[in-house]
Amino acid sequence: MKRLSLTPYVIWMVLFTVVPMLLVLYYAFTVPTEGGTTWSLENFTRFFQPIYLRVFIRSLNLAVISTLICLLLGYPAAMIMAGNAFKRKHVIMLLFVVPMWMNFLLRTYAWLTILERNGFLNSLLTFFSLPRVNILYTNGAVVLGMVYNFLPFMVLPIYSVLSKIDKGVVEAAGDLGANPFQVFIKVILPLSLPGVVSGITMVFMPAMTTFVISRLLGGGQFTLIGNLIEQQFLVVGDWGFGSAISVVMIVVILLSMAVMSFFEGEEKDVALW
Amino acid sequence: MVRWLKRSYIYLIFAFLYLPIAVLMVYSLNDARSRGMWGGFTLRWYVELFQDRTIMNSLYATLIIGVSSALIATVIGTMAAIGIHNTRGVPKKLIMNVTYLPVLNPEIVTAISLMLLFVFSRMRFGYITLLLSHITFNVPYVILSVLPKLRQLNKHLYEAALDLGCTPLQALWKVIIPEIMPGIITGLLLAFTLSIDDFVVSFFTTGSGVSTLSITVYSMARRGINPKINALSTIMFTFVLALLIIVNVRQAREERKERNGRRVPKKDSPYDPRFGSA
Amino acid sequence: MVSEIIVQLKGVSKYYDDTPALTDVDLYIRKNEFVTLLGPSGCGKTTMLRLIGGFEKPDTGTITFNGQDIGNVPSHKRKVNTVFQRYALFSHLNVFENIAFGLRIKKMKESVIREKVSRMLELVNLQGYEKRDVNSLSGGQQQRVAIARALVNEPDVLLLDEPLAALDLKLRKEMQHELKNMQRQLGITFLFVTHDQEEALSMSDTVVVMKDGEIQQIGTPEMIYNEPVNAFVADFIGESNIVDGIMRQDYLVEFAGNLFECADSGFARDELVDVVIRPEDLALMPPDQAKLKGVVRSVNFLGVHYEMIVEGADGTEWLVHSTLMEPVGTMVGLGLEPMDIHIMKKVRA
Ligand SMILES: Nc1ncnc2c1ncn2[C@@H]1O[C@H](COP(=O)(O)OP(=O)(O)OP(=O)(O)O)[C@@H](O)[C@H]1O
Ligand SMILES: [Mg+2]
Repeated sequence: MKRLSLTPYVIWMVLFTVVPMLLVLYYAFTVPTEGGTTWSLENFTRFFQPIYLRVFIRSLNLAVISTLICLLLGYPAAMIMAGNAFKRKHVIMLLFVVPMWMNFLLRTYAWLTILERNGFLNSLLTFFSLPRVNILYTNGAVVLGMVYNFLPFMVLPIYSVLSKIDKGVVEAAGDLGANPFQVFIKVILPLSLPGVVSGITMVFMPAMTTFVISRLLGGGQFTLIGNLIEQQFLVVGDWGFGSAISVVMIVVILLSMAVMSFFEGEEKDVALW
Repeated sequence: MVRWLKRSYIYLIFAFLYLPIAVLMVYSLNDARSRGMWGGFTLRWYVELFQDRTIMNSLYATLIIGVSSALIATVIGTMAAIGIHNTRGVPKKLIMNVTYLPVLNPEIVTAISLMLLFVFSRMRFGYITLLLSHITFNVPYVILSVLPKLRQLNKHLYEAALDLGCTPLQALWKVIIPEIMPGIITGLLLAFTLSIDDFVVSFFTTGSGVSTLSITVYSMARRGINPKINALSTIMFTFVLALLIIVNVRQAREERKERNGRRVPKKDSPYDPRFGSA
Repeated sequence: MVSEIIVQLKGVSKYYDDTPALTDVDLYIRKNEFVTLLGPSGCGKTTMLRLIGGFEKPDTGTITFNGQDIGNVPSHKRKVNTVFQRYALFSHLNVFENIAFGLRIKKMKESVIREKVSRMLELVNLQGYEKRDVNSLSGGQQQRVAIARALVNEPDVLLLDEPLAALDLKLRKEMQHELKNMQRQLGITFLFVTHDQEEALSMSDTVVVMKDGEIQQIGTPEMIYNEPVNAFVADFIGESNIVDGIMRQDYLVEFAGNLFECADSGFARDELVDVVIRPEDLALMPPDQAKLKGVVRSVNFLGVHYEMIVEGADGTEWLVHSTLMEPVGTMVGLGLEPMDIHIMKKVRA
């Protein structure tokens, strides 16, 4: 009877998760020929052409930069929020999460309003008689959009690890003669590493694969790997190549997760393959 | 002094997070042609918003898909969670790993894989494909919200119900389901918000003129600024804020109850930062 | 007058993945009897209840209820109710609805339900708590709701799995009393699990001592206490001194370097035996008047009596309970009567 309750889900899972993934693999490893398809690695070899590699490198680059900025901004924020600078911590945390509840597209769109030529930023600059800037449709704008959208993914895991650290441990370190800087380096940082690791993963992954942010704020000139996939499916119609890029991306992400969980060094609840 | 510095830093971060939303809200009430200027107060964009057929239709589609996919996902997911909870060993591991797949996969991969499936099975792209896709990415989140509740359950509860004369089905319906109801409701809300929020999967799996809000906003935004979107954002933000306050009050009450009841401490909810803040 | 047997287990075994939880258990329970299962943690007490309650199936053997084999009767059809080890109250229902649950399942009339539940509330002393959230109750109150929830269904047999374990000492004593009264009043058969020997001895008509899934001894509390069948039972029922001895002949045993008269016979000549002596049976006396002598190593005041450890010349440590005490370091003698020397066959290790 209890097993019976699993049946609808198992069927669903096979139909809508497993089969689609197999289809992606199938398309990635085949090319159309006259009268059918044959197995081939051609889609992958194509990906290693310079123009596509450059897209890949650019995506990697922007994702790494965004992740780093999120880490640099987010770690201190998480630490302050986990500390005793505020009396009503949960209210602060709530305020922190509220913007995340806005539709992702609207949030990204909001930056258009700010960054465009006659937008809020330039009005402000004009008001103070400063020179205007044009950062919309640049790499900078894309990174800004990523940081804005993904910063909470960095802060929250770090915050939750930091707030679980036993105060006694910190005090004990101080008691044993460590100065505040040493306490941070030798105690707090290592203890918060799991949070940092999951924060990095949670920012890097969507940053690496987004196509919306780059499309809206990068204005379509700065194609990232997500845009490349989108184009293959919705514009070019080359599903084989699109699937191959997706497979490469999954591999990159699985690899980075494996590396990360190696650093984390501790058994996680989430079983990866 | 240091404390003052710390607080300022957080306020700066908050400014960064809220600035775009505030700008949108202000601009939604701005009657200026040139958007950099303040041209006086107006509700014109709101009126136009409600007269815009495209936006209204997509709002309607979003709500329909959101509600129905959340409900169906909740039913399937709750049943699945109960099943998974009572499964052991390799089958359990296998099911859990596949369950995590849509959660861990980049959205775009989930999106194109579903698109391929629908093309392959020659389905017509539209409401049905959209609904199926939304259910697919929602079910894992429902499962991950319900499973911790099942784990905290006193494991003799089911037997106690049998002991008092329930058939297995009655025990499930009269005891287990009511006991895990908070988890089910969290799952339902989570599924609903994820569905409303989704763009990528919808973008790849919709068709024949069916458009969700996200898709409409995307196509409008690609053509530049549109004050109607500002008005829409303001309304949605206010709505979400209200919803959030309700949920939080509910959660606080629940927690107070649990603390009084000396129950097992709450396990982490599935990882969506919006829900993991507690 | 001996009443009829209501539950009987014959040759019942239960294995969890090849490790035995119960092996070849034979046990019967008479109507209106208060039977207690007593044994250390993990000895299979809960398993036995679960078999009778119908939550597990035995791997071998049969369980009969009023003479009928109930092997294939699912638990919701058995006239047995259970008070679970950690109560398992339904937290989405209030006190009234928790107790009414079984009656509602049986689709009784609302007026009947009201009457029965309020009678139960009175019995467990919880009038006025109908509307309370079960999570807001104290441990003792929750416990009583659990008992009421089971009793209201008027089972033929009530199974109670360590129902008092979570309560503090004072409350536990009170509840022991109340439970015993309820059982007498209602005339229901109780099968009660505990690992507290005092509780077992004070409440039961019959005590079943278990170890590693096997029944060691079944008997009245007096029999179990006074005539334990082996050293394990003796030790578990009350802390005991257990030393190796040699049965030189009937009524004569040698241990601690001396020959003692005893009340046991029927052993082989020079058979190795366990000699069990209860701490309260060792009397302090001047060293020159006793065969057993030793030096007091420690003294603990336990409220009613002192607990002393006396080290004999051969290194044996004797546990002594006495209302008198001697300071640490004193040489004392330990006197004992032949009746107090219990000779037991060695348990096969
Ligand atoms: N579901 C199970 N799966 C595997 N082993 C089990 C299971 N339930 C019980 N056991 C094992 O069976 C043995 C008997 O367990 P049981 O619960 O009957 O002990 P108990 O006497 O009730 O102990 P306690 O006093 O701690 O409640 C133990 O060794 C236990 O580990
Ligand atoms: Mg037990």
